Amino acid sequence: MALLEVKDLGISFGGLQAVDNFNLSIEKGELYGLIGPNGAGKTTVFNLLTGVYKPTAGKVFLDGTDITGHRTEEINKDGIARTFQNIRLFQQLSVIDNVESALHSFEKYSTFEAMFHCGRYAGAEKKLREKALEILKVFDLDMMSEILSSNLPYGQQRKLEIARAMATEPKLLLLDEPAAGMNPNETAELMDTISLIRDKFDITILLIEHDMKLVSGICEKVTVLNFGKVLAEGETKKVLADPEVIRAYLGDDE
Amino acid sequence: MLKKKMLSRNSKGRFTTYGIVIAAWIIMEIFMRAGLMSSHLEGLLVPMTYYAIVAVALNLCVGILGELSLGHAGFMCVGAFSSALFSLVTDGVMPDGVRFLIALVIGVIVSAIVGFLIGIPVLRLNGDYLAIVTLAFGEIIKNIINAMYLGVDSKGVHISFESQMALNMEPEGKTLINGAMGVTGTPHDANFTIAVILLLLALVVVQNFIDSRDGRAVMSIRDNRIAAESIGIPVTKYKMLAFTISAAIAGMAGVIFSHNIATLQSTSQYFGYNVSIMILVYVVLGGIGSIRGSVIAAVILYLLPELLRGLNKYRMLIYSVVLIAVMIINWAPKAIEKRTAFFDSIRKGMKRNGTA
Ligand SMILES: Nc1ncnc2c1ncn2[C@@H]1O[C@H](COP(=O)(O)OP(=O)(O)OP(=O)(O)O)[C@@H](O)[C@H]1O
Ligand SMILES: [Mg+2]
Repeated sequence: MALLEVKDLGISFGGLQAVDNFNLSIEKGELYGLIGPNGAGKTTVFNLLTGVYKPTAGKVFLDGTDITGHRTEEINKDGIARTFQNIRLFQQLSVIDNVESALHSFEKYSTFEAMFHCGRYAGAEKKLREKALEILKVFDLDMMSEILSSNLPYGQQRKLEIARAMATEPKLLLLDEPAAGMNPNETAELMDTISLIRDKFDITILLIEHDMKLVSGICEKVTVLNFGKVLAEGETKKVLADPEVIRAYLGDDE
Repeated sequence: MLKKKMLSRNSKGRFTTYGIVIAAWIIMEIFMRAGLMSSHLEGLLVPMTYYAIVAVALNLCVGILGELSLGHAGFMCVGAFSSALFSLVTDGVMPDGVRFLIALVIGVIVSAIVGFLIGIPVLRLNGDYLAIVTLAFGEIIKNIINAMYLGVDSKGVHISFESQMALNMEPEGKTLINGAMGVTGTPHDANFTIAVILLLLALVVVQNFIDSRDGRAVMSIRDNRIAAESIGIPVTKYKMLAFTISAAIAGMAGVIFSHNIATLQSTSQYFGYNVSIMILVYVVLGGIGSIRGSVIAAVILYLLPELLRGLNKYRMLIYSVVLIAVMIINWAPKAIEKRTAFFDSIRKGMKRNGTA
């Protein structure tokens, strides 16, 4: 049984069918790519998978459970975490607080204990902080834990977003153009980080990317989306050699 | 090692705020005891403190939760009247201290409930609806109470919106709210010291809350709602929580208000939207999200126009110049640097003396 099973997913905004009859099956542990020209509907697929948009058709199964129509925060608890194409950090919080926010459900204590810093507060906060630092270390961000997240350099903001998503311990991680705006050095470093977390945390990753070097470098399989429909899918090398895919990318109509 | 580092991060600045409040209280008390304070200024101390409390409450809503409220005077009003009614009815039945403590709890709980009820329809929406709804709430609650007649006799509670006579009470019945004339005879249970203790309580609750799992959740929603949802934070729940706490603390200020005034009237002067906006000015000028700034701004900006009364003509001129000065001091980067350094040196001084 695949970890993520998407069946005939669709959504339309007014007259525009942004995603139509979308099918996808990702096995546990895979590093899977979702590619396609601008406006193809890739981000919309992520928004459908995470409950930001409610699908007008189709179903989503995670690990065999139907999660269609769940609210965004429930879907995170179901096991999907994501990053955003336009970075969405908690800008006025420090780097470590960004991660600690994501550890919300790991160490609990009551609002009363929060208001008077009594009871479980100290112990829980200590554990949260240690755990957050551990996560930051994986992403080489532990030296900057007290910096305001909006003051991080761009590439590190992208990394922090991944760290924050990973903190929720998802089964499936969705990355929306993680290398966008990065220079080649940063991209290479990012590729290493992505491969590393896949192996270290034994996680499944679905990523959207325009950088074909990155895609062919780390994705075992890809699905190509064009005008909201699946154009091709399968082993990365074969798909990228497909003349129809090349045509879609070159913008050659008909 | 880690523990020590953590303490310095989390408690940074918090104790400085308590220190400033306590120091201010001591100085005021000394002046009062020594007879160096005019009775005019003495009468301003309690109002100054409850406005500081409402400013702290409003900053939790505006600065931490990121939702604009224009009705915090309304929560004060709810807290003031609900607690005053209790104290009036139970006057003489129990010791003063116990009565005031229960009145306090009642004022806080009733305004928390009202805040919660307002939050249910409004806070689940994404958008700036709270400002308009709280503005309307504040005006409505003020006008309803202003038009209300309430009394008790052996047959129970009577309510009318026409006149005191329409209550149809037995001769020995007791009028609690006499329409626009308001509530008279609420025991004078609050004083400056009690007000300062409650300000400290509000500061502890709000500053601790900010520095907790709940506070982080609330601030993450403020910074980016969609991202907060994506990491599993129940957005509506935390918006409701922060707003309810904010309303409850504003209600607590109302309790001090009603137990420090001879006649409690539900008028614009005390509970109108202009008061809500005045408190918002304290919050904005003190620095949105800066709890200590709210307290300082409330104290300075409340006292100033009152103390300038003697200057008649120039009063508003000086007041506006001070507003501009405060704005510059609070928002100019250089001034912020200097101020941070100043408070750091105070903190170091306190540590050296072993008080922090
Ligand atoms: N909320 C919305 N309302 C209306 N139309 C939308 C909405 N969200 C997306 N669309 C439309 O759906 C289509 C797909 O958009 P989407 O953002 O998914 O593309 P994408 O493949 O991620 O493109 P890019 O590579 O530029 O990020 C676009 O035509 C877009 O305008
Ligand atoms: Mg996109």
